[in-house]
Amino acid sequence: MATTYDTPMKEAEPEQDSGAPVVAVENLRKSFGSQRVLNGISLSVNRGETLAVLGRSGTGKSVLLRLIIGLEQPDSGSIRIHGHEIAGLNLDGMGEIRKKMGFLFQQAALYDSLTVEENVAFPLEHHRKEMPRSERNDRVRQLLAEVGLEKGLGKMPSDISGGMQKRVGLARALALEPEILLLDEPTAGLDPISSGEIDDLILKLQREHQMASIVVTHDLHSAKTIANRLAILNQGNVVIEGSFEDLQQSEIGFVMEFLKLS
Amino acid sequence: MSDRELTTVAGPSMPLPERSATTLVSVSSYGSGLFNGFFEWFGSLAVFFWQVLKAAVTPPYEWRELVRQLDEIGSMSLPLVALAGAAVGAVLSMETRSSMTRFGAKSLLPTAVVYAVIQEMGPIITGLVVSGRVGAGIGAELASMKVTEQIDAIEASAINPYRLLAATRILACILMLPLLTIAADAGGLLMGWLAQTLAEPISLRQFIDSGFNGATLSDFLPPTFKTAVFGLIIGLIACFQGMRTRGGAAGVGRAATSSVVLASLFVILADVVLVKIILVVFH
Repeated sequence: MATTYDTPMKEAEPEQDSGAPVVAVENLRKSFGSQRVLNGISLSVNRGETLAVLGRSGTGKSVLLRLIIGLEQPDSGSIRIHGHEIAGLNLDGMGEIRKKMGFLFQQAALYDSLTVEENVAFPLEHHRKEMPRSERNDRVRQLLAEVGLEKGLGKMPSDISGGMQKRVGLARALALEPEILLLDEPTAGLDPISSGEIDDLILKLQREHQMASIVVTHDLHSAKTIANRLAILNQGNVVIEGSFEDLQQSEIGFVMEFLKLS
Repeated sequence: MSDRELTTVAGPSMPLPERSATTLVSVSSYGSGLFNGFFEWFGSLAVFFWQVLKAAVTPPYEWRELVRQLDEIGSMSLPLVALAGAAVGAVLSMETRSSMTRFGAKSLLPTAVVYAVIQEMGPIITGLVVSGRVGAGIGAELASMKVTEQIDAIEASAINPYRLLAATRILACILMLPLLTIAADAGGLLMGWLAQTLAEPISLRQFIDSGFNGATLSDFLPPTFKTAVFGLIIGLIACFQGMRTRGGAAGVGRAATSSVVLASLFVILADVVLVKIILVVFH
């Protein structure tokens, strides 16, 4: 919980810059103690676009997502959502931004004391209080159907498989109809068939909802399938950014080795 | 002569063997680390309390979660607290009877039991039992949520975890402790009377009338309501230890243990201070 809850809220910028990318990070730096994780990276994502961020473990891929959603604060640099600076926002300001974001955690992070259905209803209960219960239940069922879950809605998270947990996490992330979807290792720990199903699901959701998505993954095959653009991180820097073909044509040693071994 | 003896007897002018000097340096740095850690912990606790306080007084209010916590902390602790109070009341009655009889003050037994149970034993027993049951429960639950990123998921859903998780639990502890204390007091008085009447029959009415004879509300209300402070301590420390956990299953275990140990310790220390304040203000 790194949001600065007691710093004064920055002045909200009056108008949305419609020409700006949905998410833009510039010269972002983050260290944990003496370990520098992000060393001044810059990336941007537009509406309807999916950016896959690849790289070795510990290169700061997940930290990047946590910075964007405000679970960590950057040491320096800029994070702009629709052109609005969000780095350093307090809880109220960040809360409004977060309502526009959906986040799928690596281990799904489902609330283990709630059922599948209650997990998906959770954001709606807190942010759509005016929504009648019957309508909310319908919406939850619709979201779960969208991710391919129509049975076992009363089960606890511990009673369902990892793949199903990811699906429930995805349905929960979509509950508030986000404009930005952040996915942390959506296929990690899944068998190839489940991974493929999750990839297909992400593609389908992208087509239907036209969100700006950032997907952090180790899985090059998955990244190639779901992303318009790919970026490879190494030692806190973006080594290359472009289409899969751009990556294939790269003569950067690290990129060549990464593609060869993936 | 061992290193240990050397470090004890060596004055500033005596050159220390290298190993002893190293020992002293490491002891000194350990002490300094402990000192810094102590103040860092209090500083972090104060910041945490401020965050919770701000979240608690600003809307939206988490009524549903508060009611759930009132039930979890209050109703679920009730049997244990009442039983502990009853056991203490029985023991107190038996022990006091023996002493009172020796000093020829047997007629004061109901008064001694009533005052001892309501003024001190009921509140402190409630504080300690709730520290154990609720402190461990909150500490482990929140720690488990922390290490499985559930608290991050709450925050990522634009919900303030201080408001949803901490404020509700702390407030429930504050509200429930005085009520649980009344239950512990009732159990203690009932069993105190039973122990007394088994030795020398006396009606409950007589026992209560005699015990409360000459007592005023200020004798009993402040000790009962001081447990709201115990509730604050238990809730605050358990939430703090839980929500700052790191390190997987081991971290969850550490959070649960430290919640109980620290909450119990601070409840006892707070009791000393509160008893003095009550004596000064109300007597």
